[in-house]
Amino acid sequence: MFDREKWGEVFESIGKNKLRAVLTGVSVFTGIFMLIMLLGMGRGLRNGFEHGFRKNAKNVISVRGGSTTKPWKGMPPNRSIQLDNADLQAIRRGVSQVQYSSGEYSLWRGESVLNFEEKYGNYGITGIEPDYWHVETQIMLQGRYINEPDQQEGRKVIVIADDARDKLFGSIDPIHQWLQVNGVPFEVVGVYKFESNQGQNQRSKVFIPLSTAQRVFGAYRDLDRVYMTLGDASVPEAVKAAQRVISILSARHNFDPTDPRAVWVENRLENYVKFAGIFWAINVFIWIMGIGTIIAGIMGVSNIMLIVVKERTREIGVRKAIGATPASVMGQIMMEALVITALAGYGGLLLGIATLESIATLLPGGPMFREPEVNIGIAIQALVLLIFTGTLAGLIPARHAARIRPIEALRDE
Amino acid sequence: MHPGNFVPPMIRLTGIRKSYRTGSNVLQVLKGIDLHIGRGELVSIMGSSGSGKSTLLNILGILDNADSGEYLLDGLEIKGQNETKAAELRSKYLGFVFQSFNLISFKNAMENVALPLYYQGVPRKKRTEMALAMLEKVGLKEWAHHLPNELSGGQKQRVAIARALVADPKVILADEPTGALDTQTSQEVMDLLLHVNRELGLTVVIVTHEHDIAAMTQRVIRLKDGRIEDAHGDPKAMLSNPTSDVR
Repeated sequence: MFDREKWGEVFESIGKNKLRAVLTGVSVFTGIFMLIMLLGMGRGLRNGFEHGFRKNAKNVISVRGGSTTKPWKGMPPNRSIQLDNADLQAIRRGVSQVQYSSGEYSLWRGESVLNFEEKYGNYGITGIEPDYWHVETQIMLQGRYINEPDQQEGRKVIVIADDARDKLFGSIDPIHQWLQVNGVPFEVVGVYKFESNQGQNQRSKVFIPLSTAQRVFGAYRDLDRVYMTLGDASVPEAVKAAQRVISILSARHNFDPTDPRAVWVENRLENYVKFAGIFWAINVFIWIMGIGTIIAGIMGVSNIMLIVVKERTREIGVRKAIGATPASVMGQIMMEALVITALAGYGGLLLGIATLESIATLLPGGPMFREPEVNIGIAIQALVLLIFTGTLAGLIPARHAARIRPIEALRDE
Repeated sequence: MHPGNFVPPMIRLTGIRKSYRTGSNVLQVLKGIDLHIGRGELVSIMGSSGSGKSTLLNILGILDNADSGEYLLDGLEIKGQNETKAAELRSKYLGFVFQSFNLISFKNAMENVALPLYYQGVPRKKRTEMALAMLEKVGLKEWAHHLPNELSGGQKQRVAIARALVADPKVILADEPTGALDTQTSQEVMDLLLHVNRELGLTVVIVTHEHDIAAMTQRVIRLKDGRIEDAHGDPKAMLSNPTSDVR
């Protein structure tokens, strides 16, 4: 009952001084609005980034041979390391985290010519195993992908990308047509669409079985690259797996496992986490900026409330003379600050969310930025922050008010 | 003639001293005040500026504490209380009337009158009822919903008196209650205070420097240089001797 009376006093005091209350609230309103906008925009950047990454399997390690830079066990540096099928087998046996794996042997665009009858084109020829399907997401448009019998028997089959189909075959159905790869005939068994953000040239890859590639292009058992997926391994697990791969290869090829250039290991999960780390840092930065803005707002409220207390010294003195206790004076000033902060902040929160919503609706999602949003958790955090800071904003002015001596306040000058 | 001599006094001060420190100077404002004010008495305190009358009123009003001496208010010793306790005592025993009215500008007359009741925890409905009744007594019922700046000086002071009375105090302390008013309205306000004293039996202490105001009280207490010069001044002498040391 008494509390309702108290709130009545507070709202009466605010209601009778609307302009002052509004001016006081503006700084908090702006602060919360900015925080919500910053958080939402940060989220938008992150969403854009994650959308881009979504298309690729995230837990992929790839290894390719390099050239040693350190002497090792009496061997000189500058030896080049050539991976082969046996290395791949050893990795499959020795690294428990591996889920899917594939060797790769490829010819660059410039090294290879495809032709169907009189139509020619340069495409990167990539020999892979069927499990390469899991390394990078490809969408089959027609026919099938390279399969196990293709690899086992070294069949001359080829899966081409949609652009190669359009260029070489035009309106002819390419499936079961034979085209020439550097003069060697291959049967088209499938057409895929390459879904990746790794660059345009990837689109013109064509796939043939690894065993066929090694045989036809005279590579014997050599591999350019080994891919492996690690399922849902964590970053430390992925790093451990990568180290295991290096130590296996180091034993087989006699190089220093600490040599940074003997083999090149690319850990895509690690890259992802690095990016995620950047976004974490951006998020921290946003919060620091946002909280800074809010602190500025709170200082504004606190400052104005101090002036208000000064201005209302006489009123507070009168209240005290007619029976207001210091606690009730303090409570009233703090509640006034809290009400102003909470209402203004809530307004800022709503406008911020509304603005983000309209940006999300108006702006098409791109690779850099899509669907800015604030989730309910952040909104609640912001509200808690508001109530806390509102109370804080009132504290110092309220203490000033409570210390007002009625005699001084009521002295007629 | 002096009821304070026959009934237990409402206010009893013994050896009250008060000094203020301003920089390195210590200013003795009250140098040992002994004073009795009886129950239901109407007294005025007079003195030139610097005589210590405001300080005395602050101590009487529990707005300030004496350095030494004893203050009994209705038999209760007022000493060393914290601010919260002081607020409670003020709320229970005292009603204040100020020279510049000190109404809260954004509250209407009724709300101003009801404010002491709010601090006593009286429910809103009851507060409004009591405040309206009190405004009726001071003849301002139809002005209940007007803001202070819509009222004349005399009306404001009557609202302030209603506010002082509403919580049923034992003592009314009035600091230059007519200081901001013309002669005509001064008379109205004094009539009201006299009425309050006579009809409600309240003890009324008026600090003033106006002789004609002092002349309307039952007893004049004259302060000079922090001491009581005359505790039993004759109000009638005030009018015949306008060139006394007061002002």
